[in-house]
Amino acid sequence: MKFEFLEHAADIKFKSYGTTLDEAFANAVLATASYLSEGNPIKEKDEKHISITGRDYESLLYRLLDELLFLFDTEGFIASKAEIKIKGLALDAKIYGGKSEGEPNHIKAATYYDMYIKQTGVRRWEIQAVLDV
Amino acid sequence: MYKDTIKKISENEYKIPVTGKMNVPGIVFVSEMLLKNVDENCLKQLANIASLPGIVKKAIAMSDVHLGYGFPIGGVAAFDPKSGVISPGGVGYDINCGVRLLLVNLDMEEFMGKREQILSEIYRNVPSGVGEESEFKIGPEDLNNLLDNGSEWALSKGFATKDDLDRTEDYGRIDGADHSKISQRAKSRGKNQLGTVGAGNHFIEIQKVEEIFDERVSKAMGLKKGSVVVMLHTGSRGLGHQVASDYIQMMEKEYGIDGLPDRELIYAPIESELGKDYRAAMAAAANFAFVNRQLITHQIRKSFAKFFPEAKLDLLYDVAHNIAKFEQFVIDGKEVTLCVHRKGATRSFGPGRLELPEKYRGIGQPILIPGSMGTFSYVLVGTETARSVSFASTAHGAGRVLSRSYATRNLSLESVNADLKQKDILIKAGSRKGILEEAPEAYKDINEVVRVSDSLGIGKIVAKLKPLAVVKG
Repeated sequence: MKFEFLEHAADIKFKSYGTTLDEAFANAVLATASYLSEGNPIKEKDEKHISITGRDYESLLYRLLDELLFLFDTEGFIASKAEIKIKGLALDAKIYGGKSEGEPNHIKAATYYDMYIKQTGVRRWEIQAVLDV
Repeated sequence: MYKDTIKKISENEYKIPVTGKMNVPGIVFVSEMLLKNVDENCLKQLANIASLPGIVKKAIAMSDVHLGYGFPIGGVAAFDPKSGVISPGGVGYDINCGVRLLLVNLDMEEFMGKREQILSEIYRNVPSGVGEESEFKIGPEDLNNLLDNGSEWALSKGFATKDDLDRTEDYGRIDGADHSKISQRAKSRGKNQLGTVGAGNHFIEIQKVEEIFDERVSKAMGLKKGSVVVMLHTGSRGLGHQVASDYIQMMEKEYGIDGLPDRELIYAPIESELGKDYRAAMAAAANFAFVNRQLITHQIRKSFAKFFPEAKLDLLYDVAHNIAKFEQFVIDGKEVTLCVHRKGATRSFGPGRLELPEKYRGIGQPILIPGSMGTFSYVLVGTETARSVSFASTAHGAGRVLSRSYATRNLSLESVNADLKQKDILIKAGSRKGILEEAPEAYKDINEVVRVSDSLGIGKIVAKLKPLAVVKG
């Protein structure tokens, strides 16, 4: 499983998984995109590069999601594929995507609420995050 | 478990005693019925607020409280300006999310004859969904001007009247706003969204004044039983959200996160440079929200005018329910200025306050509390009691009880639509999801929420409004 959505009273909570930290981050991008597009197909025609640094993995994720919401609000861009490389506390992302073919959803902001990023086993990483919608 | 330690003080008041790092107790203004829906995490968020530096007397949760970020939604706290802090998590991502109400001078029968056409016209003129751009094209200079001057900009451009400004909280312009404290990213996110309602729980609703509870106050506000009104609920859109995210990150960088009970509760001392910058940015984002509601009002007026050229839509009032402000209180017999955070709470000023326009100085400030889709909304009036009981604050809405995903999975569009049809409510929505997520079942009982405010005397019920037609994102 790449990601799943969990119960939350007001907003959107998800978990994403990966065999590596990079993959778990990439799947967090896809979880966010899946909510934005509501499962509708994406016209993949653009490639975005994002380079960010943070104080810890959580702030890297917060900033990455923040970038995705910025791209959505300004260009209608939704991710369909993500390649993530994390070295230390620097993240480089190549995000492929474009506009949704259906009516998209809106997300106000990424949040730190209940957020965690952890290694849960050998070749198992897990991310949890809540989006304010 | 805070649920185990919480103590009933009176009919509608519960207290979380000071434990651990709390500086003051937590107070929850709920009835027994509403307390059942308040979960442990929500009480923990209230206890977290109580641990912030410089908090005065108590951390408060209003009757519509539910889980938020940093503060719970429905959270109110006041801070000493010298020793206290300001927190983006105490204002919310949607800075100056708020509500306004317009009085329509049409007979109910006249309006009902054109109800469907007017609803469609509003739906066409006011983009409500996601990613829709407004017809207002705003250049960089205009954007800076409106961030600094709020509704005064709208007045200068012919999108507002003097009366509109008079009947907007802070006259549609919060002092100290500074566009240079807002990032280019925030401006880029917001500029094409000006004049749009957005998704989530935001809406435009045409309503009927169903019942009057206070004749004198209703009359002063211009509310007549059986008359038509329009309610609008929206905020600062992507611009405000970005300002919140930007300052959360800047405060992390400046102060670190050690010892924070919740990373969303990051703060800056009120007197610090960063604290002052956030205030100026928040004020500018709040001005953006006032202008947003004003431009939408302009479009609603245009939509009515197409069918009724003589129609007049006068603003009753516009309230901000996500904001931090400096206001005067009497604490231990002394007059003091405090920084009040209202995160999903409405200001409740009683009669005589000089901040109120002359029209309302005799009766108190109008309080607008929207219900959920298909349920009643309420008009209340501010009280002097609120000043001493709740830092001049009261509830702001219904408050969610069902998660969005649960609502989408477990409610059917057919049954929600059938329910709306049976209540004779027309709806135009951007998506199926928009209807399901906001279904009345997903919310607390609004009647009980306002009853608690009324019983506590922190907002007296004036009138009940019934929905006739709704536009949702």
